[in-house]
Amino acid sequence: MPQFNSDPEAFRGEIREWLQQNCPAPLLVPRIGDLQIVWGGAKFVFKNPHQKEWLARAAEAGLTAPEWPREFGGGGLSRAQAKVLSQEMRNLKIPPPLIGFGLTMIGPTLLQYGNEAQKLQHLPGICQGQVRWCQGYSEPGAGSDLASLQCRAEVSGNDYIVNGAKIWTSNADEADWIFALVRTDPQAKKQEGISFLLVDMETPGVSVSPIKLISGSSPFCETHFENVRVPRSNVVGKVNGGWTVAKALLNHERSMIADTFGVGGGLPRRSMADFAREYLPCDEDGMIEDPVMCDRIAQFEMDARAFGLTLQRSRDAARAGQQPGPESSMFKVYGTELNQRRHELMLRIAGPQALGWQGPGFSSEELSLTRAWLRSRGNSIEGGTSEVQRNVIAKRVLALPD
Amino acid sequence: MSLALTEEQEFIARTAADFVAQKSPLSRVRELRDSGDELGWSRALYKEMAELGWLGIATPEALGGAGMGFAELALIMEELGRTLAPEPLLSCVLMGGQALQLAAQSGTEADLQRAEVWLPKICAGEAVIALAHQEESNRYELDECDTSFRVESGGHFILDGKKIQVLDGHKPDAFIVSAENEDGELSLFWMPADSGNFSTQRQFRVDCRSAAILELNGVRLPPDAMLGKPGLGGELLEQVMLRATTGLCAEMLGGMQQAFHLTLEHLRSREQFGVLIGSFQALKHRAANIFIEIELARSAVRAAAHALDTLSGEDPELAKLVSLAKARCSEGYLLASNEGVQMFGGVGMTDEYDIGLYLKRARAAELSFGDAAHHRERWAELSGY
Repeated sequence: MPQFNSDPEAFRGEIREWLQQNCPAPLLVPRIGDLQIVWGGAKFVFKNPHQKEWLARAAEAGLTAPEWPREFGGGGLSRAQAKVLSQEMRNLKIPPPLIGFGLTMIGPTLLQYGNEAQKLQHLPGICQGQVRWCQGYSEPGAGSDLASLQCRAEVSGNDYIVNGAKIWTSNADEADWIFALVRTDPQAKKQEGISFLLVDMETPGVSVSPIKLISGSSPFCETHFENVRVPRSNVVGKVNGGWTVAKALLNHERSMIADTFGVGGGLPRRSMADFAREYLPCDEDGMIEDPVMCDRIAQFEMDARAFGLTLQRSRDAARAGQQPGPESSMFKVYGTELNQRRHELMLRIAGPQALGWQGPGFSSEELSLTRAWLRSRGNSIEGGTSEVQRNVIAKRVLALPD
Repeated sequence: MSLALTEEQEFIARTAADFVAQKSPLSRVRELRDSGDELGWSRALYKEMAELGWLGIATPEALGGAGMGFAELALIMEELGRTLAPEPLLSCVLMGGQALQLAAQSGTEADLQRAEVWLPKICAGEAVIALAHQEESNRYELDECDTSFRVESGGHFILDGKKIQVLDGHKPDAFIVSAENEDGELSLFWMPADSGNFSTQRQFRVDCRSAAILELNGVRLPPDAMLGKPGLGGELLEQVMLRATTGLCAEMLGGMQQAFHLTLEHLRSREQFGVLIGSFQALKHRAANIFIEIELARSAVRAAAHALDTLSGEDPELAKLVSLAKARCSEGYLLASNEGVQMFGGVGMTDEYDIGLYLKRARAAELSFGDAAHHRERWAELSGY
């Protein structure tokens, strides 16, 4: 494992050199598409040998989880160093060696609430990309009212016996482990009888079926537990104290969703105006002739810019060591709704060319736009609906009464 | 460029907030209005603001200022906007004063001398300079002007025309007037209050901001009255209005926050159907939307103020950020005040309650220096579509 200078600016030179020497050149692309993403896990198939090599080298240096402690496979870097690392990776157009729920959700949660044995058991596998995780929160009968969940875990000797169903378990068919909320005390008030349980997906009784969405196939699954035996030592945090752990993890999830969608994840980085020029009449100077469309595009671009500036303001404040301001509570709701408006505007601009589902007469970009629009409708539902988010703002930020 | 406040900036904002809370409550606006005050604001209080360094905060030290920037001035405007303080910072510091300051940076020897005489007075709160550019037919277009100037033998200028809604224009020490020659070249002119052949008439706006009609009937001005170099007056006015618009936006940001604050207090205390009305989800969600709009407006105003301090005047990015701020603030302030009146219910319609004052100011501010649609169009133009 390389030793890096702790001064961020001295580190910048060192890490740049390390990145240039270690990231295989064929991986350098201007934009990270689905094909470049490495999810890791036992079932993951690398698209090329370079990906595998890059993951191995980055993991060996602790750079898949730069800020985690070294004893668990992380890089032990400071916040400032990690920021320099991501800046340099962006500058050099280097893709992340690994992404997934392990790094962004369960890892940080285990660091906060896990015991030493749990950290040692799970974190190194996440850092090395050997274990992929999925999330078992929602149930068919427990959506926004998550705390009403019914999936139950009953004590049997040193184990729990788990029975029930989880829905919207993204990539459960590819995952090795699931972190799930289960009811361990059916008599307690609803939030107080829940535990946070780690389950190996290979355990007998676990079954997974995929869900087809309005946008077509999806990574979402329904996961069933039928008399699944799980060691009692797999509870994270206190037994019946899972709600606290679950909420901490949801914060990681919401900031991740806002980051992804706020900047228009999944769509080309082309400006809306350039996109519009392909479909709408323009004069010889490239000015769009329809003033209503111009206004709509400007409205969208300005909203997106104001949102981007707000994200920046929040990051600047964090960097200056200030407490997170109330503005952070709006990122999920506004970021996702902005992403929906982005897609709707693109559809309006493309007109009838946006109506394709498959087959001839539509470009592949048009076909994916249509599906992306449909998929975007879920953004304001998943990870806490916009309605729940607005309730949270009203209660926590605006101190309005219950 | 960081959009977070520095410790020094936080201190400035806190000081301003304390001063406004103690010395400039909203009740003052009502008193000045109801007593038919001749000036519409307080010279004594304006002088106190000058002593705190506010009026010259974005003016170089050599010209009597504090040599800080618009990021700081915006924080003060925001606090003043909370209680609709009527003192002439917008008209005199951000419009008249900035015209003098910008002209001195790129203009002639006469410009420099004028700035050296008048800016210290502006910073000290001892002079009011009003910028007269608004006319009956030019709406928000800065390059349209019916007021004319011609050059007489001997180089004197003769001005004819009519300006309206000249902010704090009923009793200034001097005007800065825009006028066009027959070739369509726009210039700004320095017109002291003792010039002859003009008249002013006070106007009463819905938002109580002092304004006046200025009629020019062959005003004769000396050869050094033109601000900046010939033919560049349009650009100068453009740059002045970027600053003034940002200042107005900061004021609007303060006003929308206060309107929202009043509304939230009402939602937390008013009972109907046996419960606090703030417990109704229909109102909670609308309150959350207002909160979001205010946070977005705050980011846009801060970015525009920083851009004034860091970008060159010709950089289209600066003009885009100012347009972004004005569009956001126009819509955010209207939303906060419209919703405020609605959520207050019947009493929101009464003159006795303060929320109506914010509704009036929000609308007046929206329709000053370009509404949201105007600035979206400008954004599109600056972006090349």
